[in-house]
Amino acid sequence: MNIHEYQAKEILAEYGVKIAEGGLAYTVEEAVQRAREIEGNVWVVKAQIHSGARGKAGGIKVCKTHAEVEQAAEALLGKKLVTHQTGPAGKVCTRLYVEAGTQIAKEIYLSFMIDRTSERVIMIGSAQGGMEIEKLAVTNPEAIIKIYVEPAVGLQDFQARKMAFALGIDAAQLNHAVKTIKGCYRALRDLDANILEINPLVVTANNDIIALDAKMVFDENALFRRHKIAELRDNTQVDHREVAAAEAGLSYVGLDGDIGCMINGAGLAMATMDMIKLAGGEPANFLDVGGGASAERTEKAFRLVLADANVKAMLVNIFAGINRCDWIAEGVVQAVRNIDMKIPLVVRLSGTNVEEGRRIIANSGLPIITAETLAEAAEKVVRARNDVVAKA
Amino acid sequence: MAILINEKTRIIVQGFTGRIGTFHAQEMIDYGSNVVGGVTPGKGGQTHLGLPVFNTVKEAVEQAGAEASIVFVPPAFAADSIMEAADAGIKYCVSITDGIPTQDMMTVKNFLRRFPKEDRMLLTGPNCAGTISPGRAMLGIMPGHIYIRGNIGVVGRSGTLGYEAADQMRALGIGISTSVGIGGDPIPGSSHRDILERLEQDPETKVALMIGEIGGPQEVEAGRFAKENMSKPLVAYIAGLTAPEGRRMGHAGAIISSAGESAAEKVAMLKELGVTICPTPSLMGQTVAEVLAKL
Repeated sequence: MNIHEYQAKEILAEYGVKIAEGGLAYTVEEAVQRAREIEGNVWVVKAQIHSGARGKAGGIKVCKTHAEVEQAAEALLGKKLVTHQTGPAGKVCTRLYVEAGTQIAKEIYLSFMIDRTSERVIMIGSAQGGMEIEKLAVTNPEAIIKIYVEPAVGLQDFQARKMAFALGIDAAQLNHAVKTIKGCYRALRDLDANILEINPLVVTANNDIIALDAKMVFDENALFRRHKIAELRDNTQVDHREVAAAEAGLSYVGLDGDIGCMINGAGLAMATMDMIKLAGGEPANFLDVGGGASAERTEKAFRLVLADANVKAMLVNIFAGINRCDWIAEGVVQAVRNIDMKIPLVVRLSGTNVEEGRRIIANSGLPIITAETLAEAAEKVVRARNDVVAKA
Repeated sequence: MAILINEKTRIIVQGFTGRIGTFHAQEMIDYGSNVVGGVTPGKGGQTHLGLPVFNTVKEAVEQAGAEASIVFVPPAFAADSIMEAADAGIKYCVSITDGIPTQDMMTVKNFLRRFPKEDRMLLTGPNCAGTISPGRAMLGIMPGHIYIRGNIGVVGRSGTLGYEAADQMRALGIGISTSVGIGGDPIPGSSHRDILERLEQDPETKVALMIGEIGGPQEVEAGRFAKENMSKPLVAYIAGLTAPEGRRMGHAGAIISSAGESAAEKVAMLKELGVTICPTPSLMGQTVAEVLAKL
């Protein structure tokens, strides 16, 4: 789960990381009010969306007067920002963070994440902050420092010092840097975050160390024990179909194609989407209906897939293990009748009670196209989609 | 032979008396697995499905000679159950539980590494369909009837895609020595590579099939291991050609977060390592048949 920059900063501040003075605004008036409350004569108005690279998309505006803050807030609130991370649909900005301007002497990159290869927390730093770390890793890998943390004992002071020195921190700021680094690590561990990234961490003209940006990504599987974190969820930043799917206990990811999919199991779902692509089609979504798919759940899944106006044909591919094909077939028939489905539907059933499942589909009298194998199913749904497009 | 489990393996079920544990324990018993009891803390001394219930895994090991366990405990408590099994001297543990926090798995793996290698419990999963040695024993939740006994060793992250592979092979008359689900989580108990090491040692296995996905480095690591250490051919399929970067495709581990993690990149690297790639997921059985025919 992603959270906003301001939320991550509030968390980090509790862990002893310094941040610039700032405040949240939902309206233009609030934004100007926040600027008035903050001393100084430079303010930064920052669009709060779940994406990096906001600066390039025009989501971060430096203002020298309250009037400029007002203009910036007007320009950003309600606007869709498109970055390379949001995809072409972009994300709507409904909140602004107004922050005191910072005089930057030095920009540093610092992040912590759960590394899948070593199965440890890895701390990554670079004295060349501000840049995208992926690009730096390619162009100048020596400029990146990696330190692994032993899970049983946690991050040690000597490791934090090693990172601080490698980042070029002054001796005078060493203790503060160690405190910052250890605070970040504790925040990641205490709160079940998978990623914590500060880019940039800056040394200011006053030789202070502050987090100028902050990103935290939390483990969805741990939210049951992180109630305060779970409350930070902002559904305006998530595809509304994915929100509806999550509420129905389904796993859904919207894509750009026009062939709707309902499949059981994440791996089989990805494989089926691959088959559609190889057959010349483009999937409209990933949808894992999971095990034990009841008729009610099947209908919810159908409604979700068909809510996408792009969908021109739909494929159901179920390999029943714990599930039973006859239950799935009954659910499909019921869903098609209740929804009054107008577009072609291809159903492929396999596994437990397959004969009974196929019989239910055949006897339903509905114009459902059936397939026995994965390849046949993909070919038939692509053909059905092409027929729909040809007729239109 | 087969690996990890056979008809003699003495199995216990952790989370035995719960709804899900009960259902799958019965399925495993019906398949012929040697289930010797189960563990539900606080219900020790009772009888369930005609078998003894123990308070602790230690008791199950001491009193019922348990060697392998399967975990159906809810995600909040699953890591603890796995570590209890390791501490009690269980040799092989399958965790079916889906949704265990990643940091809990980091703790579990760290705990397991404290044991000397010869005493270390092998863990597969979490978030998997389990392991089956067809015709001998099932330690999982798969539909046992789609698997026939044979010479192909299978390792895969996905449950239903593993069923698809087994079904395609069965249609061609090809059987399986052991099929192991390693699960879809970012930190799995065992990797593809760990299972390939065992399949390489198994005299019954002639060809290994790896069913991988987008995300993480482990398919390529397995390919590297196969090139350097395996005498048996490795066939692979990688799911997720259409998966966009940064979007989690159902499995917590199925997310492209850095270079080399997309399906196309993994396939290219595996090909370079001499692994035979299934060009489409509907050709997993066919590709294995072709490799088998060349032996």
